[in-house]
Amino acid sequence: MSATPAAVNQMPREHYLNATWGIRSWLLTTDHKRIALLYLASVTFFFFIGGAFATMIRIHLLSPKGLLVTPETYNKLFTMHGVAMIFFFLIPSIPAVLGNFLLPIMIGAKDLAFPKINLLSWYIYLVGGCFVLYSFSTGGLDTGWTFYTPLSSVYSNSAVTPAVLGVFINGFSSILTGLNFIVTVHTMRAPGMTWFRLPLFVWAQYATSIIFILGTPVIAITLLLAGLERVFHLGFFNPALGGDPILFQHLFWFYSHPAVYIMILPAMGVISEIIPTFARKPIFGYSFIAGSSIAIAVIGFFVWAHHMFVTGESTYAALTFSLLSYLVAIPSAVKVFNWTSTLYKGSISYDTPMLYALGFIGLFLIGGLTGLFLACLGLDIHLHDTYFVIAHFHYIMVGGAVMGYVGGLHYWWPKITGKLYPEFLARIAAITLFLGFNLTFFPQFILGYLGMPRRYASYPPEFQVLNVMSTAGASILALGYLLPMIYLTWSMRYGAIAGPNPWPGTGLEWRTPSPPPTENFDVTPEVTWEPYDYDNRPDLGLDVSGAPALAHGDD
Amino acid sequence: MSEQHSEQHHIASPTLYLTIFAALMICTFLTVVAAKIDLNQYFSGLNIIVALTIAVFKASLVVLFFMHAKYSPKRTQLVIIASVFWLAIMLFMTMSDYVSRSWT
Amino acid sequence: MHRTGELYEQYRTLEQQRETASLGMWIFLSTEVLFFAGLFMTYTLNRSTYPDIFSEASKTIKLSWGAINTVVLIGSSLTMAMAVWASQTGKKKALTWFLIATLVLGTVFLGIKSVEYHDKYVEHHIPGWNFQFEPGADAATNAHAQLFFSLYFGMTGLHALHMIIGAGLLLWLIRESLRGRFTPEYNTPVENIGLYWHFVDIVWIFLFPLLYLIDRH
Repeated sequence: MSATPAAVNQMPREHYLNATWGIRSWLLTTDHKRIALLYLASVTFFFFIGGAFATMIRIHLLSPKGLLVTPETYNKLFTMHGVAMIFFFLIPSIPAVLGNFLLPIMIGAKDLAFPKINLLSWYIYLVGGCFVLYSFSTGGLDTGWTFYTPLSSVYSNSAVTPAVLGVFINGFSSILTGLNFIVTVHTMRAPGMTWFRLPLFVWAQYATSIIFILGTPVIAITLLLAGLERVFHLGFFNPALGGDPILFQHLFWFYSHPAVYIMILPAMGVISEIIPTFARKPIFGYSFIAGSSIAIAVIGFFVWAHHMFVTGESTYAALTFSLLSYLVAIPSAVKVFNWTSTLYKGSISYDTPMLYALGFIGLFLIGGLTGLFLACLGLDIHLHDTYFVIAHFHYIMVGGAVMGYVGGLHYWWPKITGKLYPEFLARIAAITLFLGFNLTFFPQFILGYLGMPRRYASYPPEFQVLNVMSTAGASILALGYLLPMIYLTWSMRYGAIAGPNPWPGTGLEWRTPSPPPTENFDVTPEVTWEPYDYDNRPDLGLDVSGAPALAHGDD
Repeated sequence: MSEQHSEQHHIASPTLYLTIFAALMICTFLTVVAAKIDLNQYFSGLNIIVALTIAVFKASLVVLFFMHAKYSPKRTQLVIIASVFWLAIMLFMTMSDYVSRSWT
Repeated sequence: MHRTGELYEQYRTLEQQRETASLGMWIFLSTEVLFFAGLFMTYTLNRSTYPDIFSEASKTIKLSWGAINTVVLIGSSLTMAMAVWASQTGKKKALTWFLIATLVLGTVFLGIKSVEYHDKYVEHHIPGWNFQFEPGADAATNAHAQLFFSLYFGMTGLHALHMIIGAGLLLWLIRESLRGRFTPEYNTPVENIGLYWHFVDIVWIFLFPLLYLIDRH
């Protein structure tokens, strides 16, 4: 652990956690920090639901004929895994937990612009979640998380209607969060907090919110139409009644491709905070990282039909969408180059958040580059709907988004709870996660390339070795998730007291006690420094004399 | 905040509102008349082009004057432009697939 | 609770509070645009696929009701704009009356809409419910006409739902304005609900030509 400026750290006497007591003070709170913790509890719950389905899938695939369930049930397992994980864990995880907690503090505001709407969006999330759980427990859902029509609107015998309704309702939770964030960043910044002094995490949240407000309404109306079609036997997407199923896919991916960036952009924001802190260097190319977040959010809306190369869409459209998809690689690469440049000649310490950040860079690189394979028209014909795709998006979503989320949770845990987690155990967990993840998903690239299709309950015997490896990896991965779960909870009570700035970080959130007071700051802060400026921050108590601050020393 | 000075209350006059209302009524009349004439015989699809042009014009009047977008801060105008732009992305990119399917 | 023009604790100034509310409303409306966009997209594709049947089906809805409703709704936008003006200039009595006028016109619109819906019910033009386009129409024609009416009811229904919510908001505004809450310094709710009302008007400005005015020659 790095040197902390204060000799003895003390918990503040009053903070947001003990300001008021009782269940009502939590369920009716408008404090963004408490709402963040409500979200933390609920997304963790859905993470376990989704995780349980994943576990069953991996156990089932231990043997070529399938060990556990019938093919029909298998369809339900992967569908419910996807729906729980994507709509109820990945999409809200970083924005609604870390974003909610940090965004107002990072810009020096007392709260989000609309605190009541913030609480409302949590309740909407819960209502949506209840509908989905109802669907899971009464017949399940077997359409695939994509709800493709006419399977979802006509033929499926599972509980599609409540699930569609649940995801529809949950959309409004995202929309309200995004609206709140954008307005907050525009109007609630503290004096001196100019746009180019915003932490990169805030830029990432802002970019994510653009997708929330412009993309999410489209999935809402699309699922509403599919639901109406199912209930009233209408024909929007049903070819038997003159409708067009490809239209559903266009509308679905108009949101759901940008939704991938809803998951990865906030994680990129987390990484952009962690890297300079543990390299003790100003981030390299601040404005490029900020700009690339916005670029990813915008370009992300121009690429959706690359999910539909094998549907019979026009060759010319496919060409266009393929080319545009390659464009996303540019801002993504800009980020990776900037992070690695920040590391160059930094005085790096391998604290737990840094391990997650470094893991993120590697895994995101693999996930991103294999995305280029899939954007390639010819190659996609071979790889479409195989385990290659599964491996690719798990590298982005689990290797990227979840690593970012868990890393961020560690990084800001001292701020959220005021306590430190056990560092050694945390490093072990981070390494376990990284190894378990790779063992789970790397074999799937090979499986996919060899031709194993996704969504099948059985496979030819020659694929068994790789599948067993994947399942073995999944059990290590599960351990990697359980460990932080246990020691983070443990640390809330028994952890060492963290003090306001344990790492130390440069942002406003580290200038207020841990845990922060309800109104975030005792006096409204005034920002007079540039972001990540480790070279000019004597207040952090760092020994700058020995630090290699000159980037171009001997090249 | 830098945007503050630009957003002083602009109070439009009732005369302006009445003028806009009159213009909207005239446009409504024109669009009904245009629909009753077979313009497609001169140029295929001219009917719908005329109808939508009038609708866009009417909507612009409402946004600019009734909703005060003309006097709003730049970021409000940006929000308006963004929503129209994203609507256009959806319509044009999706239709580009359907239109170009028959090309060889 | 929040009293007239009082500052919420998360803001520093009243001006900031007002700007924030206005930006929030505009962003909400931009999500509404994309919400309706899915329907407009579905409409665009289906009309380009089945131009003739859409034209036939469109002719079965009464142009006169649609035209009258357009006038009524634009009229309500005018009274709403005048209400905002009255609140900005401190004319409290006029404000109440303009709000009432807006509500009345909105209700007239919904009344006419329900007459139209009833006509469609009588003609068996309600999708998914004994739908029969014309006596003796073949299955394909029937299905394609049903697409038109699904969109007709989907689009006008969603629009009407927004009108009903708007009417509820107007009722609240009227109550508050009778209590004299709105002043030239504090009229954010009037302005923002006004924005919402105008937005609903704009949706109708597009629905009218798209649904009622297909090849009326």
